[in-house]
Amino acid sequence: MKFVESTVEVDRCKVRLRRGGTGEPLLFLHGASGAPVILPFMEKLAQRFDVLVPEHPGWGMSDEPEWLENIHDVAYFYLDFLKQLSLSRVTVVGSSMGGWIAMELAVRDTARLKSLVLVSPAGVAAPGVQPADIFLMPPEEMVRSLFVDQKLAEARLAMPEDVDMALKNRHTTARLAWEPRLHDPHLPKWLHRIDVPVKIVWGREDRILPIGIMDELKRLMPKANTFVLENCGHLPQVEKVDEFVDIVCR
Amino acid sequence: MQVVLFHLMPYAEVDIAAARKHGTVWGLPNKHYDPQVAHRLYNRFLDELEYGEELGFDAVSVNEHHQTAYGLMPSPIVTASALARRTKRVKIAILGSALPLRSHPMMVAEEHAMIDVISGGRLISGFVRGIGAEYHTFGVNPTFSHDRFHEAHDLIVRAWTEKGPFSFQGHHYRVNYVNLWPQPLQKPHPPIWIPSQGSKETIDWAAHPDRRYTYLQTFSPVKVVARYLKMYRDTCEGFGYKAKDSQLGWSVPIYVGTSDESARREAKEHFENFRNVFVRMPLEMLLPPGYTSRESLKNVMKAKAQMFGDVTIEQAIELGLFVCGSPKTVLDAFKNHWQEMRFGNILVSCQFGTLPAELTRNNMERFAREVMPALKSLG
Repeated sequence: MKFVESTVEVDRCKVRLRRGGTGEPLLFLHGASGAPVILPFMEKLAQRFDVLVPEHPGWGMSDEPEWLENIHDVAYFYLDFLKQLSLSRVTVVGSSMGGWIAMELAVRDTARLKSLVLVSPAGVAAPGVQPADIFLMPPEEMVRSLFVDQKLAEARLAMPEDVDMALKNRHTTARLAWEPRLHDPHLPKWLHRIDVPVKIVWGREDRILPIGIMDELKRLMPKANTFVLENCGHLPQVEKVDEFVDIVCR
Repeated sequence: MQVVLFHLMPYAEVDIAAARKHGTVWGLPNKHYDPQVAHRLYNRFLDELEYGEELGFDAVSVNEHHQTAYGLMPSPIVTASALARRTKRVKIAILGSALPLRSHPMMVAEEHAMIDVISGGRLISGFVRGIGAEYHTFGVNPTFSHDRFHEAHDLIVRAWTEKGPFSFQGHHYRVNYVNLWPQPLQKPHPPIWIPSQGSKETIDWAAHPDRRYTYLQTFSPVKVVARYLKMYRDTCEGFGYKAKDSQLGWSVPIYVGTSDESARREAKEHFENFRNVFVRMPLEMLLPPGYTSRESLKNVMKAKAQMFGDVTIEQAIELGLFVCGSPKTVLDAFKNHWQEMRFGNILVSCQFGTLPAELTRNNMERFAREVMPALKSLG
């Protein structure tokens, strides 16, 4: 499946967009390390959906707008993005920080949404659950902590790294998520506003955002369906491609 | 030349083996801290600073560090307050208060003003952003560090100098009624000094004609000190004025012995503990995102091996990271560097790392009696 690359300007911010496939729209919201390349799960989803993979403001090749100061700014940006591209019945799939953005936009307005798939999302703190300190981890330990299957970690470590891009992504992650660390203490108050179906996917062995957070999300969104993948770390879409795609398409 | 006795007040009796094993004293679990030891150290260090007045230093200096054996002064206000009452003549330099880490700059404005008034106008106010590690331990977002620093500074200076009440509406701080009681005694306000490890952004800001703040280059190889002090002078020229020597300062640990050989022998273990245990921290801790520009961060990553390896006392002396030797050697070194850089302020750390009380006293006395008088007559 061929993805077409373009630049879209929304709210005076140019973002890089990859789009491919046919069907209902699916918006993939990436996590802290960005979405520099089209991955196999995106290709597979594109057999069923019109898949949109933007780089968030502040990440990758997208602009770093002055207005970008907190996660709410990103949520409003994507509401404007959906409107500008005239998208409706959108399945929003968000991984980690992208899952947080998905919830923030959905508590504001679900008019253009069909459903949410939250993949080990940040955004909510759970009592007694301590996420990894992604800002203190040395780079190699960070990559290794993402996966159960260390072959995947080694493959990622072997890829040449764009240092400028990595520093930019890290900067924006810090700007939005340093404190409160990777969550918004006000978000739980409004999660009941999400009136579209929600799936929550988690890797049992997630070392970045431990699975205990899923229980808290389930408590806050009792109607959500949860899917736990065994022998799987923080990126189920990479570590368990087929099971992940199956859950999204189900 | 103005000579300042600078103190970090480290937890000097830290278990070096445990700190080595942990990799850094930053975040070293506080099971390694003993309040009885700290009681003894605080009082010893305050005695040392008070003795600085007797020995004829122009100023004594304290600073702010959090949750680390590197420096036991989370509030320099506490130590500066103690000194304000126990000393009579010497200036008291807070170098500095970490503005972005404080929840509200009004507190800094108030506390510094109190010390200035109590001490009869002897305060030198330093403003810093705190060390990178402190953004981890305090939770303050480092990507807003520069913005918060500048805005806090603006609020403090206005609170010190303007008649209240007035309203301050910033992006990070908002106060409807700024109306300081007390305002400082010195007019228009206490001198403001800016300690830095070297940054073009900081120099551009400090050298601006509206501010002309004294810029201090701290604990750097002497070539780096020269480069940044020159950058400061050039920046002033660019702004269309000539920097006064008093706008420049160098902060450096020193050890004066009876001979070069004995100085090196006495200082070696303690200096190497300072450089290789107390100062050391991982890159992720030292430079969180946004603390420096990404360009600077990239340069540091390139120089990583050099910065994060051990340095011996011999290498440190060679680099001018440490000034050590007989009184003549130390005086000659300072004279030579002064000829080149014309700094109007020299800040000396006579205690560093694990240097014990007796060696610290000897160091202070030799420096004050045999080096300082000649330094003071320079410039």
